[in-house]
Amino acid sequence: MDEEAAKTLIVETLKKKKGKTKFYLKDFYKWLPDEKNRAVKNLVNKMVREEILEYWSSGSTTLIGLKGVGKQAAAEEGDDD
Amino acid sequence: MELKHKTPMLDQLETGPWPSFVSDLKREAESRKTNPNGIDFQCPAEMPEDLLGVVELSYEHGRTHWKHGGIVGVFGYGGGVIGRYCDQPEMFPAVAHFHTLRINQPSSKFYTTEYLEQLMDLCERRGSGITNMHGSTGDIVFLGSHTPQLEEIFWELTHNINQDLGGSGGNLRTPSCCLSGARCEFACIDTQHICHTFTNEYQDELHRPAFPYKFKFKFDGCPNCCVASLARSDLAFIGTWRDDIRIDQEAVKAYVGGELKPNAGAHKDRDWGAFDIQKEVIDLCPTECMGWDGSKLSIDTKNCTRCMHCINTMPRALRVGQDTGVSLLCGAKAPILDGAQMGSLLVPFIKCEDPYDELKEIIEGLWDWWMEEGKNRERIGELMKRQGFQRALEAIGLKAVPQHVKEPRSNPYVFWKEEEVPGGWKRDINEFRKYHQR
Ligand code: SF4
Ligand code: SF4
Repeated sequence: MDEEAAKTLIVETLKKKKGKTKFYLKDFYKWLPDEKNRAVKNLVNKMVREEILEYWSSGSTTLIGLKGVGKQAAAEEGDDD
Repeated sequence: MELKHKTPMLDQLETGPWPSFVSDLKREAESRKTNPNGIDFQCPAEMPEDLLGVVELSYEHGRTHWKHGGIVGVFGYGGGVIGRYCDQPEMFPAVAHFHTLRINQPSSKFYTTEYLEQLMDLCERRGSGITNMHGSTGDIVFLGSHTPQLEEIFWELTHNINQDLGGSGGNLRTPSCCLSGARCEFACIDTQHICHTFTNEYQDELHRPAFPYKFKFKFDGCPNCCVASLARSDLAFIGTWRDDIRIDQEAVKAYVGGELKPNAGAHKDRDWGAFDIQKEVIDLCPTECMGWDGSKLSIDTKNCTRCMHCINTMPRALRVGQDTGVSLLCGAKAPILDGAQMGSLLVPFIKCEDPYDELKEIIEGLWDWWMEEGKNRERIGELMKRQGFQRALEAIGLKAVPQHVKEPRSNPYVFWKEEEVPGGWKRDINEFRKYHQR
């Protein structure tokens, strides 16, 4: 899949999700099963730099979502640092 | 000085014999209130006061008033900043945001006074003035800053102080190391060098979270394990040696004769009687590999587990060997999802020399396996337990050796893999039919 198509797929998949706005990197791997995990990771990082996606961190875990979508501040149950 | 909030419960914490964080916070609160040095505070001066207030309220309610987590961070980095917000912002407006910054500490935590002053100045001007030196992973922690200050702090850190943020979230955490050769004669490896090299080598892993969960490296110069890598890091590098312990027989006699104090005099506060080499060293060797015939000390190197006991007791007489390297132990963790775990010995001995190519291969092999197979929020030690130690060995292409065996097997089943069976899973049916009828 070319990069633009992969980006579109990521954005569309995220937009379709109801309720949840933040996802583990592993979820992104699942949405792009034919791509190498490392390639998906690099693409996600690129999309963060391009301000399409953003990291969300509880301090111990990192999730990724569309920039500006969902609540900003909420800790997960049972998180430590 | 009258502070903003009454804190009767916190005040009690000042009455004990030990230094109190409450006194420290009050001192900082007063200093920011009076501002004798005329600092141009970029975050509210009342942060320490409101912090005291919110902590008092938490004690009163028996519950926390912090929410943690968020998208705060510096551009392009997925770690190093942990968002914290107060759930009573009207009562404590100065700490409505109270984000934590983790800053990569210098290797072995050596500072110059000038560098410390620069750090403290930055924390005072753009933060709450409250630090934690250091966080349990080793970072310099700036406690409490507001969102608009984060990029500013990062800019000043990287441009003026030549320091970077540390790790948080699902990434490589700030590596840390013991004092090693800088102060310590037991060092088998240059922990500062490897710690610094790997911090630079794995910048992407440190700042751009791609792991299922946290991953920690710690480097100890010898099995005394001063940074507790064995218990506190997913991959522990512990300096060791494979030749003989160097023995100075004259110095051994000096210990026996009482001219040299055992343990470098560490136990001299009480009279423990004369030093008894048999009782205090030979009999305490865990593998019973030492001998003392009254004039000569001997060690059977093959059976020595490098526990350090004899060397710690008689440091002038015994020294670590000269053919040095590291043992790698994998999978230590604190009890979060699963119980606490110590590291398991993965590589008994490997040389540890710049540019560390063999070590990098091992690290990357482990990461590839864990990133592929690990579940969300599963530490590598938990994956190792779930799939078996054998899988960890396969990930780094190592064959099992006796040092890996913890106990005799209790599982009677043997599952062969296709490549382990001659001819694989396929057979020649004609050959088979020669011996077996349909
Ligand atoms: S771990 Fe060993 S080498 Fe490092 S400071 Fe401690 S005793 Fe010295
Ligand atoms: S280091 Fe430990 S195991 Fe080795 S000889 Fe000394 S006491 Fe025995």
